[in-house]
Amino acid sequence: MPPRIAQIRLVSSHPQVYAPCDDSFALVDALLADRSKLLDHHPSICMEIGSGSGYVITSLAIILGSGSKNAHYFATDMNPHATKVTRETLEAHGVHAELLTTNIASGLEKRLSGMVDLMVINPPYVPTPEDEVGGSGLSAAWAGGENGRSVIDKILPVADNLLSEKGLLYMLFLAENDPLQICLQMRDKGYGAKIIVQRSTEEETLHVIKFWRDPDIQIEGNEAVVSGGKTAPQRGLDFLRSQISRLSFRETRQQR
Amino acid sequence: MRLLTHNMLSSNIKGVINGFPLRIEADNVVVKQVDFNPDFLKNMFSKIDWKALAEASKIMGYPELPDETPDHSILDSDDFLQKFHHALLELHLEEGALVCPETGRRFPVNKGIPNMLLHEDEV
Repeated sequence: MPPRIAQIRLVSSHPQVYAPCDDSFALVDALLADRSKLLDHHPSICMEIGSGSGYVITSLAIILGSGSKNAHYFATDMNPHATKVTRETLEAHGVHAELLTTNIASGLEKRLSGMVDLMVINPPYVPTPEDEVGGSGLSAAWAGGENGRSVIDKILPVADNLLSEKGLLYMLFLAENDPLQICLQMRDKGYGAKIIVQRSTEEETLHVIKFWRDPDIQIEGNEAVVSGGKTAPQRGLDFLRSQISRLSFRETRQQR
Repeated sequence: MRLLTHNMLSSNIKGVINGFPLRIEADNVVVKQVDFNPDFLKNMFSKIDWKALAEASKIMGYPELPDETPDHSILDSDDFLQKFHHALLELHLEEGALVCPETGRRFPVNKGIPNMLLHEDEV
């Protein structure tokens, strides 16, 4: 039986490229958990922003594999060593993605707008001083600025622009990034949200959240309104409270 | 870099209005076989800028595509789909550059990877 995800021994490396770690594994586990849904989804164009070692995009290509012959893959990273290492990792597994060394998706935003059916993102999410964000070396892979949100907040509008009508986004967040607030913000843009993986390590609590365009949400003016009169943020709160309650449990207990 | 990617890529320099298509400088083109999938091609046809694809294909050494945008009915032709498939997915620019049509700025392509990173004064 062929391996279901990328094999660590075949993942290429470079001193200035982030190696697969707990966050990468959480994101791939979320894709594995949703595998049958993703196959039924028949994504035509898939994309990863910030591919690093290539572990996630390679795993995605293997997970969708021959069941989704239709799928073509794009991967970007602002670190030229990373796109090169991603290519080596893809080739070692016999799969292909089109690679681009660029900032987020710069250069693709006009022509690829509304065409991406599946997007996966493990952003730089670690809270750091703002001046550490976006350096040329390894730190750019994790340095996320205030609350770890600096790069995340730049990526989300780009993802919104690139995602197709049926587009799905799987994105990884740290508890400190305030995922609930991100979900509500995305709700205002018409997206539903669901936590696919939640995982606590000794150092951090990770969440992989899936976003999709929810046709029940109509954007009126600047406010998202759901049929039934409640504003979307309100329903979003109702909708997410059950999921997020688990999420905020630790913090709540600490406050007590 | 496949021509599918070239067809989706524009110059991202600040102030550039007409950054598409990027002109290809081809130093090394390789052909890699890809499974033929007519559904993908039919789906992509309406999203492809045909003139950009035909011109790029010519520069890459494959002058087999019609210059003008063909009528949708051409998608019934298997011969056409095979050529479209070859140009869009099987021709790879391995080494060369992409040149902004407005400013002449060169974006290098090494090991098949275009580098679209901008200098500080271009952002």
